[in-house]
Amino acid sequence: MGHVEILDAKTKDKLCFLDKVEPNATIGEIKSMFHKSHPQWYPARQSIRLDPKGKSLKDEDVLQHLPVGTTATFYFRDLGAQISWVTVFLTEYAGPLLIYLMFYFRVPFIYAPKYDFTTSKHWVVHLACMCHSFHYVKRLLETLFVHRFSHGTMPLRNIFKNCTYYWGFAAWMAYYINHPLYTPPIYGEQQIRLALIVFLFCQIGNFSIHIALRNLRPPGSKTRKIPYPTKNPFTWIFLLVSCPNYTYELGSWLGFTLMTQCLPVAAFTLVGFIQMTVWAKGKHRSYLKEFRDYPTLRSPILPFIL
Amino acid sequence: MSAPAMGTRKTAHTDSSNKKKKGPGTLAIAYLVIYNVVMTAGWLVIAVGLVRAYLARGSYHGLYYSIEKPLKFFQTGALLEILHCAVGIVPSSVVLTGFQVMSRVFLTWAVTHSVREVQSEDSVLLFVVAWTVTEIIRYSFYTFSLLNHLPYLIKWARYTFFVVLYPMGVAGELLTIYAALPYVQKTGLYSITLPNNYNFSFDYHTFLILVMISYIPLFPQLYFHMIRQRKKVLGHVEEYSKVE
Repeated sequence: MGHVEILDAKTKDKLCFLDKVEPNATIGEIKSMFHKSHPQWYPARQSIRLDPKGKSLKDEDVLQHLPVGTTATFYFRDLGAQISWVTVFLTEYAGPLLIYLMFYFRVPFIYAPKYDFTTSKHWVVHLACMCHSFHYVKRLLETLFVHRFSHGTMPLRNIFKNCTYYWGFAAWMAYYINHPLYTPPIYGEQQIRLALIVFLFCQIGNFSIHIALRNLRPPGSKTRKIPYPTKNPFTWIFLLVSCPNYTYELGSWLGFTLMTQCLPVAAFTLVGFIQMTVWAKGKHRSYLKEFRDYPTLRSPILPFIL
Repeated sequence: MSAPAMGTRKTAHTDSSNKKKKGPGTLAIAYLVIYNVVMTAGWLVIAVGLVRAYLARGSYHGLYYSIEKPLKFFQTGALLEILHCAVGIVPSSVVLTGFQVMSRVFLTWAVTHSVREVQSEDSVLLFVVAWTVTEIIRYSFYTFSLLNHLPYLIKWARYTFFVVLYPMGVAGELLTIYAALPYVQKTGLYSITLPNNYNFSFDYHTFLILVMISYIPLFPQLYFHMIRQRKKVLGHVEEYSKVE
């Protein structure tokens, strides 16, 4: 039986003393006990560390396997108000879906009054609306039924930042695509057909990767394994790339840019690509650090290039 | 056995990695001294040019034309400061420096140079004078700091003159942008209208109005940051005088 004392990482004040803690207790259980004495700090916003400036301990870490004596001293940092990943994803994806439709149906106060509730005469505009809506419905459904999140929550301020990004760009793109003065692609039907093929191919690819990643992880677990190609040809890209979900996402938006021939869409594609590259490089690095036998042929996001 | 040993190993590692931290090398310091001396000289040239033109004409009006070229040259040259931060020889934030330099360059080229009609406005003189005095002090401050011989007068000036110069500069900038608005609207300067092949539009007139509005949240933050810096840097002198 051990004891646990929790100190504030900044002020070093004694916040909590837990006596008679089982040696096989996990950090997660200790967080629940701490929450009882400090109800305003629910477990998701607790960062418990061995060192005031060190890395957060994981919920799964077991007390007796940590380098502590009979009385363990932990340092606590408040991560701030937290919000669940699922909530953030649903909010940030529902926005673009609805906002785009508002522009598509030309609700009042966006364009000149004579255009209120009219529809575009260009069939590519209808196609674009279907593709954009399909994309975000797919994302919403994946959030609810496919993805297995390793972290339950993120800081509350992220939802404002993320929603501004997604909703802002959606409004900016939708404004031009559904504008009465919209100009369809220069190469007409050929361009639109190619764009649609690229878009659909990448949507299926992206979905295949999400399914493959989900199947790597049993329900309720947070295990990490190296993803490998499966029987599905869309996953064979794992031979060359660590994060093919981002590769396919880039492809989808390139397709949409080609389909709409709209500069704001190109801008959104570029910004998204930059962000996804940063994430892919990070993921690739952690794969390399965690797995000694990680395949050397793989690049983070673009085969052989990036 | 494990806990204390791991603790000491950790601190030992941190010590050695702290020793590896690098700052600007001697070559970088030499370059920066030259850069800051050149910039001080450049803005002095502008200051002298303004005084001479005023004495020659006998009026404040239209002094911009007498220093137009050196102003453009030395203000644009400040873009190098972004590079200095990016490369690491100056310990400032790339984003903050970039923002500050770009706003000056924007006013110099995208407003004053581009809209000829505002060049004879008195508001231009207002911000040019504010910038000139500020930059002469700022660049000599950096020069002396790099040489480790900073006269208290320069430090005092850097952290005191801004109290008047900053609002003066902001007033000049805002009035100049405001004066440019009707001409930008009339000529459609830097604006793109629909329809076009890239399905994009940009209204420079609206953009300028948004820029003016952005001063409202930004200016107080920057101003009060400098006030806080002033208390921190110059504050201790007041404490010594209190002891007496």
